[in-house]
Parts: sequence; C-alpha cells; structure tokens
Amino acid sequence: MLSCQSASRLVSQSLDRPLHWQEKLALRFHLAICRHCRRFVKQLNQLQSAVKTMMQRTEADASIMLKPEAKARIMHIIQQHH
Amino acid sequence: MTSTAHDWLNAHGDYLYRFALARLRDAHLAEDAVQETFLAAIKNPNFAAQSSPRTWLTGILKHKIIDTMRKGQREVVASDLMNEDDANMDEFFDATGHWAEKPVAWNIPSDALEQKQFFGILQGCLDKLPKKLAALFLMRDVHETDNEEICKEMQITATNA
Repeated sequence: MLSCQSASRLVSQSLDRPLHWQEKLALRFHLAICRHCRRFVKQLNQLQSAVKTMMQRTEADASIMLKPEAKARIMHIIQQHH
Repeated sequence: MTSTAHDWLNAHGDYLYRFALARLRDAHLAEDAVQETFLAAIKNPNFAAQSSPRTWLTGILKHKIIDTMRKGQREVVASDLMNEDDANMDEFFDATGHWAEKPVAWNIPSDALEQKQFFGILQGCLDKLPKKLAALFLMRDVHETDNEEICKEMQITATNA
C-alpha cells in the first residue's frame, strides 16, 4: 500500500514522465481510498490550469511591448546579417 | 530579406516578447530569446509556406525558450536548492508518510474582481520562487501543451541549429 507521500510523489512525477503500469495501478488504488490525495491531484491540476491562464493573459496584454532599445538592437543585428 | 525581417520584427516582435515573457518571467531573458529567434530566422529564411510567419517564428521561439530553461535547470540542480530529492515536499508529511497538514479545499474565485486578485497572488507566489525554479515549474507547461507542436516545428527548423 502506497503512503500519501509516495502517492503524491507519483502524482508529481506523472507530470514529467509516463508512469509504469505498476505505478499507475498502485496510485489508482491509493486515490480510490484517500480523499486527501484526491484533493491534492485536483489542486495540482487547478494550479496548472491557473498558470496556463496567467500565461495567456500575459500573451494577450497589448500594453507589454518589446523595449525600444531591444527592438533597435535586434534591428541592428538583422542589418548586420544582410 | 532584411526588409522582410524588419517587417516581421515590427509585426510580431511585441507578441513574441510577450510569449517569451509569459514563460521566462524575466525581461532580459525574454529579449534575448526574441533576439535569438530573429537571428535563427534570418539565417534560414525559407520557412515552409504551410505556416504563417508568426507561427513559424513562434515555433523557433519555443526552442529558444526551452534552451534557456534547460540552462537554468542545470544550474538549479548544481545548486543546493534541489540537492535532496523532493526535499521541499517532504515537510508536508509526517514520519509515517501521511499528510502532516491535510490539503484544504480551495475556493477558486469565479467573479472577475476576485479572479484578478487570485492571479495577482499566483503571480506573487511565482515571483517568490527562485527564478530558475519558477522556470522549471513553467517548463512543464511549455512541454505539456506544446509538445506535439514542438516536434512538428523541430523538423521545420532543424536546419537552424
């Protein structure tokens, strides 16, 4: 039987790598009986989607612009490569 | 060619910068990534006609962002920050591996004002993380959401390397 600590570690790792079927099975069993870890999974997902939303907001924020100095520098580099 | 690249910079420079800033969360790193993107673009301007310049440039930028994050990741691992595997997680558990403090239910705000506050706090939390750790956290997202696209773009831009 997985401990909550091992279960939460597997949940975290599942974001970075595919879990082995043994790990998936053990995790599924644990989540079936542990509402704390179920909540942890839910909150991790909520956090991921909140971060994603935050990124999209930055992307859509037209008030954020490349600084004129940076733009000039890049222009200069483009010219040099002509 | 130069004039085209100029047009690209004028038309897409700000967008590319915002895209990079959203992921790298550092103005200098984001500027550098945009600069590297244009450098790669003018070295290999024959982008495939199947994508728009913005899509193509964004594809190159994603690689530059991941490169930047990887560099940061190596430094984090080298530092004491993450010496212990999952050291930061362990304090949430007691000696028997049970939650020391059980996760509390969240109230995700639905109305606009509260949402704005929520994102402000989230932003503040990310700011409190060491920059490189924050990048690690966001890297998951870059990989997760764009993996397929990255692979696709990889072939298009493979000759840029």
